[in-house]
Amino acid sequence: MTQLASADKKKRATKAKPAAMKSLEVEGHEPTVGKVFTENPKMTMRNVNVYYDDKQAIHDVSIDIAKNEVIAMIGPSGCGKSTFLRSLNRMNDTVDICRVEGEICMDGENLYAPKLDVVELRARVGMVFQKPNPFPKSIYENVAYGPKIHGLADTRVDLDEIVENSLRKASLWEEVKERLHQAGTGLSGGQQQRLCIARAIAVSPEVILMDEPCSALDPIATAKIEELIEELSENFTIAIVTHSMQQAARVSHRTAYFHLGRLIEVNPTEQVFTMPQHQLTEAYITGRFG
Amino acid sequence: MSKMSFENHIMKQFDEELEEIRTRLMEMGGKVEQQLQNAVRAVSEADSALAELVIKEEKLVDEMEVDIDEACILIIARRQPAASDLRLVMMVTKAVNDLERIGDEAKKIANHAVMLAGESTTSEGYTEVRHMGKSVISMLNNALDAFARFDVDAAMRTLEEDKQIDLDYKTALRELVTYMMEDPRSISRVINILWVVRSLERIGDHAKNLCEQIVFVVKGKDIRHQ
Repeated sequence: MTQLASADKKKRATKAKPAAMKSLEVEGHEPTVGKVFTENPKMTMRNVNVYYDDKQAIHDVSIDIAKNEVIAMIGPSGCGKSTFLRSLNRMNDTVDICRVEGEICMDGENLYAPKLDVVELRARVGMVFQKPNPFPKSIYENVAYGPKIHGLADTRVDLDEIVENSLRKASLWEEVKERLHQAGTGLSGGQQQRLCIARAIAVSPEVILMDEPCSALDPIATAKIEELIEELSENFTIAIVTHSMQQAARVSHRTAYFHLGRLIEVNPTEQVFTMPQHQLTEAYITGRFG
Repeated sequence: MSKMSFENHIMKQFDEELEEIRTRLMEMGGKVEQQLQNAVRAVSEADSALAELVIKEEKLVDEMEVDIDEACILIIARRQPAASDLRLVMMVTKAVNDLERIGDEAKKIANHAVMLAGESTTSEGYTEVRHMGKSVISMLNNALDAFARFDVDAAMRTLEEDKQIDLDYKTALRELVTYMMEDPRSISRVINILWVVRSLERIGDHAKNLCEQIVFVVKGKDIRHQ
C-alpha cells in the first residue's frame, strides 16, 4: 500500500510540471485592460504620447484619475511612470527635448492650453519628489513661501495660520512647533519629506503628485508618510509613483501598471494584488522579471 | 494543461519555496489518502491491526500540517507573495487544514474498526461502508490529482461527486436504521457503522473544499457557498 501511494505521488509530481511562462513582450497596440475610466474624474488623460527627442517614452496612454482618489503607478524602471506623472503638472516643460502630445485635462480644462499659467497650475497640482528637497531656509519659510508668492495670505496672522495648518496636515506640527525658525534642512529625512508635503499642501492644491516619496526613508518614516497619504486623500486627489509594490497595495485605491511606456492595466488595488487581469502585471507584482 | 506557473521568480529561492509547499502538500495528500484507504479496509475486513496502524500514524499527518503551515507563514513573512503566489499560499494553508481533518476522520473510522472487529462477525452494514468508502477514496484521489495539475475542469467535476456521496449517505442511513429495527441486538454494532459512514460523508465535504480551493488558485474566484 505504501509503495502504491508513493508511486501515485510520483505520477502526480510529474504531472504537476507547470507550463512555461508565455512571452513577456508587449504586443503591438494592445489596449489598456481594467477600469481605466471613472465616473467622477478629477483629471482625464487621453492618448498621451511623450517623447524625448525622437525617443518615445509614453505610448498612447489614456486614463482617468477620480476625485479624492489615491492612484498608484507602478512598473519596472524606465517604464515611463515618472515621465507620465511629471507630464500631469507640466514638469516636463523644463526638459528642452521633451514633447507631450494628446490631451491632459483637469476638471475639463486642457492643461497644455497655450495661455494657461504654468506657475498657477503647479500650485493646483503640487508635487513631492523622491529626495526631500526643502529650501535652504527656515521651516516656517519653507511652508510660507508658496502662499506668499501666490498671494494667498493678506496678513502675517493669515500666513501663520496657513503654516500651522499645513504642518498639522502633514503631521509635522507637534515635532517642529518649537523650532519653526530653524533650518528645514536640519530635520531628519522623514521630517524633511513631511515638510515638503506641508509645503505642497500650503498652496491648497487640488492634486498632489508624489514621485517615490518614501524611497529615501526608513520604514518608520515611510509608515508616517503612508498614514499621511491616507488622511490627505480626504481632501486631495493623489497620484503616487512607487517602486514598492507593498506600498502601492497599502495606500492606493487603484493601481496602474506601466510597462515599456505603455499603460498595461488599471484596476482596483485589491484586484491587482490578488487577481491581476494582465499577465504582465501578474509577472511584475509576483517578482518574475526586473 | 493549466497555465499556472510558480517558477521564473527573480528570486530563485522563492520558486523553490513555493515548489516545496506544493510538494509537501501532495505528500500529505498521499499520506491522508493512504490513511483513509487503510481505515476503510480495516472496517470492511475487520482488521484491527491495520486500524491500530492508522490510529498511530495519524500523528504523522498532524506533524505535516504544522510543518506546512509554518513554511507558509515563513513565505508570507519573507516574500510578501502577491497574485497567484498569494492565492497558492493561502490555498495551501487551507488545504492542509482540510487534509488534517480528513486524517482525523480516518482515525475515527479506525477507532470504530477496532470496536467492530471485537464484536460479532455479521456483515450487516459493511456493504454500505465499502460502497461509500470507494466513492470517497476516489473523490479524494481526483481532488488531489486536480490539485497536482491545477486542473479547474477536473476540480469542478470532482466537486459534483460530493452530491452523490451525500445521497449515498442518506441511503446508507436508511439501511442502517432498518437493520437496527429488524434486530435491536445489533444496535450498538450498527451505531459504530453509522459513525463510520458519517465520517466518510464528512471526508467528502473536505474533498469538496479542496476542489473549491483549486478553483480559487487558478481562477481567483471564490466559489464557496454557491
